[in-house]
Amino acid sequence: MTTAGTYTPQPGAAPLPRMIAAQAALETKMLLRNGEQLLLTVVIPTLLLVLFSSVDIVDTGKGEAVDFLTPGILALAVMSTAFTGQAIATGFERRYGVLKRLAASPLPRWALMTAKTASVLVTEVLQVILLTVIAFALGWSPHGNPGAVLLLLVLGTAAFSGLGLLMAGTLKAEATLAAANLVFLLLLVGGGVVVPLEKFGPAGQHVLGLLPISALSNGLRDVLQHGAGVPWGDLGILAAWAVVALAAAGKFFRWE
Amino acid sequence: MRSEPVVQVQALVKRYGAKTAVNGLDLVAGAGVTAVLGPNGAGKTTTVETCEGYRKPDSGTVRVLGLDPVRQSAELRPRIGVMLQSGGVYSGARADEMLRHVAKLHAHPLDVDALVERLGLGGCGRTSYRRLSGGQQQRLALAMAVVGRPELVFLDEPTAGLDPQARRATWDLVRDLRADGVSVILTTHYMEEAEQLADDVAIIDGGKVIAQGSPEELCKGGAENTLRFTGRPGLDVGSLLKALPADCTAAELTPGGYRVAGKVDPQLLATVTSWCAQHGVMPDRISVERHTLEDVFLELTGKELRS
Repeated sequence: MTTAGTYTPQPGAAPLPRMIAAQAALETKMLLRNGEQLLLTVVIPTLLLVLFSSVDIVDTGKGEAVDFLTPGILALAVMSTAFTGQAIATGFERRYGVLKRLAASPLPRWALMTAKTASVLVTEVLQVILLTVIAFALGWSPHGNPGAVLLLLVLGTAAFSGLGLLMAGTLKAEATLAAANLVFLLLLVGGGVVVPLEKFGPAGQHVLGLLPISALSNGLRDVLQHGAGVPWGDLGILAAWAVVALAAAGKFFRWE
Repeated sequence: MRSEPVVQVQALVKRYGAKTAVNGLDLVAGAGVTAVLGPNGAGKTTTVETCEGYRKPDSGTVRVLGLDPVRQSAELRPRIGVMLQSGGVYSGARADEMLRHVAKLHAHPLDVDALVERLGLGGCGRTSYRRLSGGQQQRLALAMAVVGRPELVFLDEPTAGLDPQARRATWDLVRDLRADGVSVILTTHYMEEAEQLADDVAIIDGGKVIAQGSPEELCKGGAENTLRFTGRPGLDVGSLLKALPADCTAAELTPGGYRVAGKVDPQLLATVTSWCAQHGVMPDRISVERHTLEDVFLELTGKELRS
């Protein structure tokens, strides 16, 4: 039995930074523990990078295949975590009342979203390290401005997070699961990740180029493969997606 | 245990589309344990979730610890503990991991290991939440509600589906919370639970509170209690009746089987036994039949099944 006074009220919220750090750590742990999530965020990008770099499946234009593929795979990694993974995880958290329960805790909603973003960024850093190491092992020789790369990755993350949360906050968990995987697959094929957009003809290339995944993969490729400066056009497309998607998610997200 | 109200609900109305879930509900809960009883669909969960800040009232006012649960949510949330009817935990999280996490969101949490031990969650080990038994999931949700050392705890059907041991453990915890000055609002279907735990019971039906009081008060109201005894047949019931208070009745129902109906209190019992002593009657098998909370509940809410 417990001694008297054990439960004597002593309420209070923990300091915000501690709450956010704890929430981000838990979210990251949940993600890394989930087999399906690892398949999406680690196994598929790694396999595609290794397979398409070493076997001549798709004509990736002149130059080394790995120099073409690595920027695309980095874009895919961002999409897999910020969009697909986050949409599925958040959809099920909503379904199982996790978001509801946390809404009654001292953690403010904005802090929960901040923690989710932090968890996505931590996962992306791990992905980028892993994929970069593999790419170097495959003979990758990147160029360009690291600042532009970082800017692309951050804006890409914002755009995909907005889209993922919009989906998770409006659809049923099962629908989110199906739709997020389908979108992942379609954008993998049609977003300039492993297949150059030129293969879709001039008109197709033009339309597909407006997708966030194409903007991210093309932008990264311009910088890392061709040593271009800051790719303002692609950054603009990503920024537009980010603003629209995050605003829509903020407006339509339902917590229960 | 009566003081400042911890929950004050006035004329609360909450509709979901065309359906009115709560229809002008008034409820004042003081310190201690308040049980909210009611049939399925009576509006219990909606009322509690409005107090927790999940639902915005369509009309009426709700104050919890003096605060508006929607507008002053940031101030209120650290001070309350919430146990949802189900879920609320990451499906891949382990019990102690989730509890430790909720503890980290509070400034002065309880000792997690002691709480895990206390609620018998130590055996969950590395099992993820989705693979825990229903009872383990319930106890984890209860632990999550109290770990932040709140002033007020909302428990929505805390023992639904629990085995008797787990139910006792939950009751013991609620009693300890009360003893240490934590107020508890719990919804339940179990009359016994309300009788065992509650200082105050509110019976809700059709989105309104239809009766409120201590379990004793509620049981005293409604139909009267009865006292039965057996003695030799043919006793002078008229003389017994004269000895009793005016609002009591007495009758020999079967030869030697007597019944006194009325407000059965210690005084009445003494009156009956001393009358028996004066008349040389040994009142065998004397018994008091208390009106149970379940009787009151069924009287008030009807006996027919609800859809």
